[in-house]
Amino acid sequence: MRFVDEFRDPGLITKAVEEIHRLVQPGRHYRIMEVCGGHTHAIYRFGLKDILPEDIELIHGPGCPVCVLPMGRIDDGLALAQKNGAIFAAFGDMMRVPGTHGSPFEHKARGTDVRIVYSPADALQIARKNPERHVIFFAIGFETTAPSTALTLMCAKREAIRNFSIFCNHVTIVPAIRAILDSPDMRLDAFIGPGHVSTVIGCRPYEWIARAEGKPVVTSGFEPLDLLQSIVMLLRQLRAGEARVENQYKRVVPWEGNRAALKAMAEVFELRPHFEWRGLGFISQSALRIRKEYADWDSEQRFDVPETRVADPKAAQCGEVLKGVLKPAQCKLFGKECTPEHPIGALMVSSEGSCAAYYNYEYRKTASLVTEISSVA
Amino acid sequence: MCLAIPGKIVSLVPDEPHLGVVEVTGVRRRVDLGLLVEDMPKIGDWVLIHVGFAMSRISEQDATEQMQLLTMLGEGEAAMNEVRGYGLEERGDFRTGEKHRLGTGKTPTVQ
Repeated sequence: MRFVDEFRDPGLITKAVEEIHRLVQPGRHYRIMEVCGGHTHAIYRFGLKDILPEDIELIHGPGCPVCVLPMGRIDDGLALAQKNGAIFAAFGDMMRVPGTHGSPFEHKARGTDVRIVYSPADALQIARKNPERHVIFFAIGFETTAPSTALTLMCAKREAIRNFSIFCNHVTIVPAIRAILDSPDMRLDAFIGPGHVSTVIGCRPYEWIARAEGKPVVTSGFEPLDLLQSIVMLLRQLRAGEARVENQYKRVVPWEGNRAALKAMAEVFELRPHFEWRGLGFISQSALRIRKEYADWDSEQRFDVPETRVADPKAAQCGEVLKGVLKPAQCKLFGKECTPEHPIGALMVSSEGSCAAYYNYEYRKTASLVTEISSVA
Repeated sequence: MCLAIPGKIVSLVPDEPHLGVVEVTGVRRRVDLGLLVEDMPKIGDWVLIHVGFAMSRISEQDATEQMQLLTMLGEGEAAMNEVRGYGLEERGDFRTGEKHRLGTGKTPTVQ
């Protein structure tokens, strides 16, 4: 168990924890989903479960963009680069993610020109510097990242940079929440809303969750105190029988979102009729594609896409873990065939995935304790 | 990749009004300010940066706390690698050029 005084503002942390204990109603079990992968990472890293009452169960949601990307998309992106002799540029998070014929790093070892970039603008810069080569930027991310891709595309069009295109895998968070709520085996009481996605989309898009589904939502910051305060706000609503959207992360999240970012997204992207999510299957209107006006910069409109479909591995129970029906360690493959070093399921591929976070912070800790105890014995 | 990196705007790029130079723990790189056009930051302001784009303005205290958070999450080094990796400047532009004068206020550091 972690000591509260390791955190900043230990006095406030203690107060928030006491308030949580006071608000929990005897005999009631609370299932709260944190939607964002960054929150999942923070919850494990800070050991918040150790200081929460047992009756509060945190369910880890679908907000890790690397985790929910179907393997077929990675295969398609790499195949396009390989077939057309293009440079494949992607964020570092993507590099170890397995495709059917290996990860981007493994493709690089076999000769594909794979480059890590830290920004979509850097991928465009590679295109400027290599006018004789085509550069495919493999875009991933929720609404936090999509506006940056949009501005980069607008810049490419403005400068008429023809040797650059985007393989767009941007997804939107609200339809994924809806899919989870629609699932028959789902039981959730409340949501910790995403932090940085909400800086872009604001808080309004969550209002239907409160109104139509009767579940409170609180957008939250990432610090231990932020997360605990958000849980206090959710418990207060649940205790009063209310369901509203509240904003705990006001210092960063404006209620109306970022208008310039939304405008850039609307200029460049439109909704796809449906898109496949690893672990969740096809979800309608849950992803973005590039508008016709930008077709020259859309890898999918410019090249023939193989449209590879790879079924999720049958034995991996990612969907159940995503919906909170199973805990990570209850999956048959967890820690055996499926580890962060050799991920099989979606949730093990990124440090923000709930299985990887659980493995790194809980499972390894327990495993090393067992080793210590047996070595003493 | 949900986590954002705090930086201080130390200069604006002449002729390219959507670009600014930010400093994060002593490292200076160009970032795109295009998402903040409705509330353009000035020199000395603090912003949260995500994939090379400033996504929101924050206070200096929030910036310090955000850097501490990244360190506590074990992401401090990854964040600095990301900032060092931003490739918008021409070679040697800021790395070997004359040192920029620091503005007021301290830059948060990664421990």
